[in-house]
Amino acid sequence: MTFIAKPKVAHPSLPKNALGFTRRDYEGALSTLCAGCGHDSITAAIVEASWGLAIEPQNMVKLSGIGCSSKTTAYFVSGGHGFNSVHGRMPSIAMGANAANRTLTYIGVSGDGDTLSIGLGQFCHAIRRNLNMLYIIENNGVYGLTKGQFSASADIGTKAKKGEVNFQPPIDPVLLAMTLGATFVARSFSGDKEQLVPLIQAGLRHQGFALIDVLSPCVTFNDHEGSTKSYAYTREHYEPAVHADFVPLEREIIADYGPGETLPVLMHDGSRIVLRKLEGAYDPTNRATAAAQIQERMKSGEYLTGLLYVDAQPSQSEFHAVNATPDVPLNSVPFETLSPGSKGLQKVLARYR
Amino acid sequence: MPASTPSRVNDFSVKIATVNGTGSASANTLLMKSIFRSGIPVMGKNYFPSNIQGLPTWYEIRITRDGYVARSGQIDLMVAMNAETYARDVKEIAPGGYLVYDSTWPRPALLKREDITVIGVPLARLCNENFNGVRTRILMKNICYAGVLAALLDLDLARIRELLAETYAKKPQLVDSNMKAIQLGYDYARENFACPLPLHVQKMKRTAGHIMIDGNTAAALGCLFAGATVAAWYPITPSTSLMDAFKMFGDRMRVDPATGRRNFAFIQAEDELAAIGMVIGAMWNGARAFTATSGPGISLMNEFLGLAYYAEVPAVVFDIQRVGPSTGMPTRTQQGDLMLCAYASHGDTRHVCLYPANPEECFYMAVQAFDLAERLQTPVMVMSDLDIGMNDWMCPDLKWDDSYRPDRGKVLSKEEVLKLEKFYRFIDKDGDGITPRTLPGVHPKAAYFARGSGHNQFGAYTEDATDYQVVLDRLVKKWATARKLVPRALIDATAGSRVGIVSVGSCDGAIREAQDVLRARGVGVDYMRVRAFPFGEDVEKFLEAHELLFVVEQNRDAQLRSLLTLESAVDKSKLRSLLHYNGLPISSAFIVEGVLAELQPGRHAQPRDAAHG
Repeated sequence: MTFIAKPKVAHPSLPKNALGFTRRDYEGALSTLCAGCGHDSITAAIVEASWGLAIEPQNMVKLSGIGCSSKTTAYFVSGGHGFNSVHGRMPSIAMGANAANRTLTYIGVSGDGDTLSIGLGQFCHAIRRNLNMLYIIENNGVYGLTKGQFSASADIGTKAKKGEVNFQPPIDPVLLAMTLGATFVARSFSGDKEQLVPLIQAGLRHQGFALIDVLSPCVTFNDHEGSTKSYAYTREHYEPAVHADFVPLEREIIADYGPGETLPVLMHDGSRIVLRKLEGAYDPTNRATAAAQIQERMKSGEYLTGLLYVDAQPSQSEFHAVNATPDVPLNSVPFETLSPGSKGLQKVLARYR
Repeated sequence: MPASTPSRVNDFSVKIATVNGTGSASANTLLMKSIFRSGIPVMGKNYFPSNIQGLPTWYEIRITRDGYVARSGQIDLMVAMNAETYARDVKEIAPGGYLVYDSTWPRPALLKREDITVIGVPLARLCNENFNGVRTRILMKNICYAGVLAALLDLDLARIRELLAETYAKKPQLVDSNMKAIQLGYDYARENFACPLPLHVQKMKRTAGHIMIDGNTAAALGCLFAGATVAAWYPITPSTSLMDAFKMFGDRMRVDPATGRRNFAFIQAEDELAAIGMVIGAMWNGARAFTATSGPGISLMNEFLGLAYYAEVPAVVFDIQRVGPSTGMPTRTQQGDLMLCAYASHGDTRHVCLYPANPEECFYMAVQAFDLAERLQTPVMVMSDLDIGMNDWMCPDLKWDDSYRPDRGKVLSKEEVLKLEKFYRFIDKDGDGITPRTLPGVHPKAAYFARGSGHNQFGAYTEDATDYQVVLDRLVKKWATARKLVPRALIDATAGSRVGIVSVGSCDGAIREAQDVLRARGVGVDYMRVRAFPFGEDVEKFLEAHELLFVVEQNRDAQLRSLLTLESAVDKSKLRSLLHYNGLPISSAFIVEGVLAELQPGRHAQPRDAAHG
């Protein structure tokens, strides 16, 4: 059960980050997901990414809805507050929490059912508001806890475990997010930690809404022949288009890429994302051409992955910038500043005489 | 000519029938405020359509020297400006009353009633002769009837000019054109009719220390003064003006002059589900947050309200009730959400509800709602209604105690957390059922997992029968604590009667007037107005002490009566319902008739709705 804490036995030789924490300090409760579940690999990538960024554990706020994926917020960074809310409504909880305190780091973990069916509306509107959070979809095309129904991301022609074929077109969160104006859109695979960890790091540091759609096979209900979200199928059809390395402000860029192949993108806080194109003509800073290419490749059943679109300095459209809220979190503005007092009230009442 | 009514100085009702979107709202506000500024208590009720332009709309002004705040149930003077509703408007005038209409076009049908005085004023002709432009002529026609009424009722023209000058401070040319229209109507009436009428106004000194304000504005002020910083909502009549007012006050009083930064976040959500989610997220994270909605919004918020109840997260919700079921009549009033809010969401849930009766209470209860929500770590619903929320009420000046500081409840600081061996979210140490919480960002030791899934007292997920029940049973203890913290009922037992009235919210004004009328007829009744759910000991005692109880409320299914029978030991057979649910605010006459019909069975009771709309 999830309340069983992992024993914190840390060997003295374990590497420490800038805060003196080991990777164990970024772990959470024991996972109760099925053995081999893709989601657990994503959890491990989040642990690795948070440790690497040396985030203060208490400054990480973990949010989720309902479903297998939503359980995972209990499995990493036990020193951060978590909120496991209701099905499909995590974005609104995240919005309110972020409005109250803009200084914390918000990470939401959701699934394809939680995001693309019951929660599609809230997902879209969180993007429109450019809510500053990292939103990870653990996408397996299937409902796990209710035993194997298709989700809205199931591809046409994919087969359920009992043989049923899906005929409805899938909703692709990546294309949807790009259409809605998202400023950081990525796709990855739970089995590709090398690609996923830097994406999570860049997403956590992105000043605005960052989406990572992670293909994450369900070993129990969607890993059979005929499924387009199985490990085997995903490995065969996923196509890294752009590799992104995250370079924190503190670290110099080590020039191990040849010029012309790489594109360093400066982020709002001075960090950089170094993009390495793996696909000849792909430009992750051009929304229109990027979307067209993703769609084109999808027709032939291939998923382009990596940091597919980024506008690294979207600070003007971020929620707090638009609302001109102060740098101090709203939850700690002193009451004396907030309440106009009896004299203020007298002035107001003059209007109503 | 029929015999005129006896002189009813400062005690009569005027109703104005117009078409919405024609500027009549300004004329009506002008009339009402000029009377208020002459020191005479006044009540205004707006019966408007759910429409932008072209449908019938009415405004009722009651001039009431005794300071009553409800409808009397009688119309003494009708200004019939809408051809579409002439017939029913004329029918509504009390015998001996007056009809003012636009005589530019002949309306022979109007003259059919022999028991009223008809006053025809060629308003359209006067305005067409004196103003240019179609839109201007329509707008001025409505200002013009205000001039006619000024002459007929002896209103102070200087006051009217003063009000126009305030309204159009930035557009002084409009003061002159509006005043010209007023004068046209005023002069025509003075030249053609005996002015003033027997029913007219006379200066008093009864409005000093009072304001005219609507409940939504007052509630918004309460939120501002309580220190709310996050406001999230989805637009819905009749709650929208609460959010508009909060934004207006925020823009004026919450902006740092040096930086231009705004000390509040104002979020128009995509729907009510998101709005309540944002409030819950913000309050979980330590900000004071609220939303305002109406019945349909509460229906949508149910799931989240259950989450906040069980995960023990504070939230403040204003429910400005309107007529249901379903979309119902969005611009009419009702108290139809009493049951819905008390038990919102699936499973065993109960919610703290506050029931303001007027704008003044909206202000104070808004502040209380935040204190209660944070103290009890649970949603608190402030149940206003359209009548309170959107009509201007005369209220005593709102007061603010500068020594007030928010009750943030049991929120542990970093220092307090560090002193603990280990922090557990749901362990009740002092027996009040409320367990200390922490805010994100404090310290890794303070971290916990908020969830709507089954959890034990340590905050961890559980499916264990005993562990689950421990938490659920503690919530019952918390409910008992809530019972002691919520506002007490207001009880008037001065009649010392065996008969009592029990009611809630905006029925209050009509009941207090009805008590006076009944007393004058030799019938004394006690009165209890419940102001919160859960009901306290005082409610139980009042119910116990009376032999016959009239439960007065504005819904069809006797929801307050249901709550009383469910949540107190009262003997059902003692309860008689007086139910008013046609969408108009309840009148005193309705209550008087209902009580007398029961207490004096021989007396012929009039059909309630037919007589008093």
